[in-house]
Parts: sequence; structure tokens; C-alpha cells
Amino acid sequence: MVTKEAVSKWLDAMTDIYLENQKYLTELDSAIGDGDHGNNMARGFKKVREKLPELQEKDIGGLLKGVGMTLMSTVGGASGPLYGTFYMRAGGAVDGKEELDLADVVALFDAGLGGVVSRGRAELGDKTMIDALTPAVEALKAAQEAGQSVEEALQAAAAAAEQGMKDTAPLQARKGRASYLGERSIGHQDPGSTSTYFMMKTASENLT
Amino acid sequence: MIGIVIVSHSPKVAEGVRELASQMAQGRVKIVAAGGVDDDTIGTNAERIHGALIEADSEDGVLVLLDLGSAVMSTQMAIELLPEDQQKKIVISEAPLVEGAVIAAVEASIGHDMEKVNAAAEAASTMRKLM
Repeated sequence: MVTKEAVSKWLDAMTDIYLENQKYLTELDSAIGDGDHGNNMARGFKKVREKLPELQEKDIGGLLKGVGMTLMSTVGGASGPLYGTFYMRAGGAVDGKEELDLADVVALFDAGLGGVVSRGRAELGDKTMIDALTPAVEALKAAQEAGQSVEEALQAAAAAAEQGMKDTAPLQARKGRASYLGERSIGHQDPGSTSTYFMMKTASENLT
Repeated sequence: MIGIVIVSHSPKVAEGVRELASQMAQGRVKIVAAGGVDDDTIGTNAERIHGALIEADSEDGVLVLLDLGSAVMSTQMAIELLPEDQQKKIVISEAPLVEGAVIAAVEASIGHDMEKVNAAAEAASTMRKLM
């Protein structure tokens, strides 16, 4: 079972990874966007870290919804409402829970993905965070059907997100600022899919 | 009388447009600015917009005028945080921000309903400046 402490560790590890990769995400975004993704994610998660002691007093659902509320009011770019919606919906899927089994973990990420899709109205192949998140959720579901452990399922999800992220490079952007560049967006890895991969990577390392 | 919310990535743009539109409406319309992530950071903030929607709330509804990009998603998120009966009274306008806000303020100040105010504001996108 995944405990609330593990969820807090995940959020803490995510803050670290976004701070460590602030420059990298900004470089990716400077190539095809408005160059603020690294700073935006770092600002949002610094605030999450600040609020974590207070948010931890709630159950896992409330904790994740609190993360969503924090991100939607601090991130600023399109990733604010997108990640904000992700965590609000993810929290809604595990309302009242103090620990999670694999079915809860699948429900959490699946609801988050649904939120991002309805908020951003992007489709698979549009060169967005959906391209990393969709294969990750599919991998979670496949692992659940195969009777694997939470750990195995999240490892498969992180690997799928990494592949999905890499596969955004040859795509032409159809959403956000990058879509204004048309064919010039081809050849660059999408920054949103990269921050999503970091989310899945830290999940696989901490939600055990 | 409808209320108006101005959403921009820049707190200064939102406040400036609010000031301009308020002058045209001679203080008769509730116009609230919701710009920036905070007062020093460019971006949009769904919580800030949510607060502005509550402040501008009226029985006749609230019209939102916005700039671009994440302003739309942040506003949609802010609306979803409101109770359902209040959500239905909020309209996001396709109008250009500055011209749309000025026209909307004038139309609202003479007591026109949401549909009329928004139609007039949206018509600003084809308004000629050089005759």
C-alpha cells in the first residue's frame, strides 16, 4: 500500500527535480515556446513545498487537491491550469483515502489525465504533456491487468512516459505557443511532456 | 446590471483596461481586474480570477474579457470553482481586450443584458480605426 507519507515524499522529490531542471525545462521551452516553463514549475512547486506541512493534515485526496489549488494560483503559464486540474481531479479520485492500492493509483492518474484532456482539449500527437501522460496511464492499466505490484506498475509507467516524451521530438506542435511555429517546432522535445515524465519518474521512485 | 472582469497576463494591463473602461461607464458598472500571477509576475492565476468573479457577481451575470493563451484555461478553471448556479451566469467574451472592455462597459452602463453587451463587445474585432 502507498501511504500518505510516500505521497508527501513524492511531492518533495518532484519539487527537487523541478528545481534541479529549472534551466533545462526553460531551455526546452525557449526553443519552441515562451521560455517560462522551468521557472513556472519551480515557482509552483516551491509553494507546494512551503504548504506541504499544512496540506499533510488532510487525507491523500485533500492533499492532492491542495496541490492543485496551489499550482493553479502560482504557476502562471498554461501549465498552471493544466497541472492544477491534474492534481484536483487526481485528488478527487482518491477522496478520503489514507493509503492507496494499485487500483487507487490507477484511478488517481487516470482521473488526472482526464482532467488535462478536458482542460487543454489536446489530442495524442499534438506535442503536449498528453503524449507522455497517456502512455503512462495505459502502462499502469496494463500492469494492473497483469496482476503486477504498485512498484512494477509505476516503473512501467515512468518508462512509458519517458518514451512518450522522446517521441514528441519529431512531432509538429498543434497546441499552445509552439503551434505558432508550425514546422519549426519539429525536432524539439516538448517541455510539457518532459515535466510530466519527471512527475512519473519521481512517482516510480517514491510511491512504493 | 452585468459585472465585468478583465483578465490579462499583466497586472498593469488588467488594471489599465479596468481604469479606461470604468471611466467610460462613469462608475456605474462593477469592473474588476484580475491580472498576473501576482502583482509582479506575468501570467494568469485561476484563484485571482475566481476572486474577481465573486467580486463582480451580479444577478444579470458577469462578462469576462481576456487577453490570450492560458487566460482562457485559467478563467475556465476559475468558473468551475464557483457553485453551479453561478457558473451559468458567466460568459467569456471573444472580444479584443481593450476595445471590447470599453464597449462592454458602455453597453452595460446603459442597462443592456448579457447577450447585447457581449455582441457589441465582440463586434469590436471588426471595428475600423482608420476611415
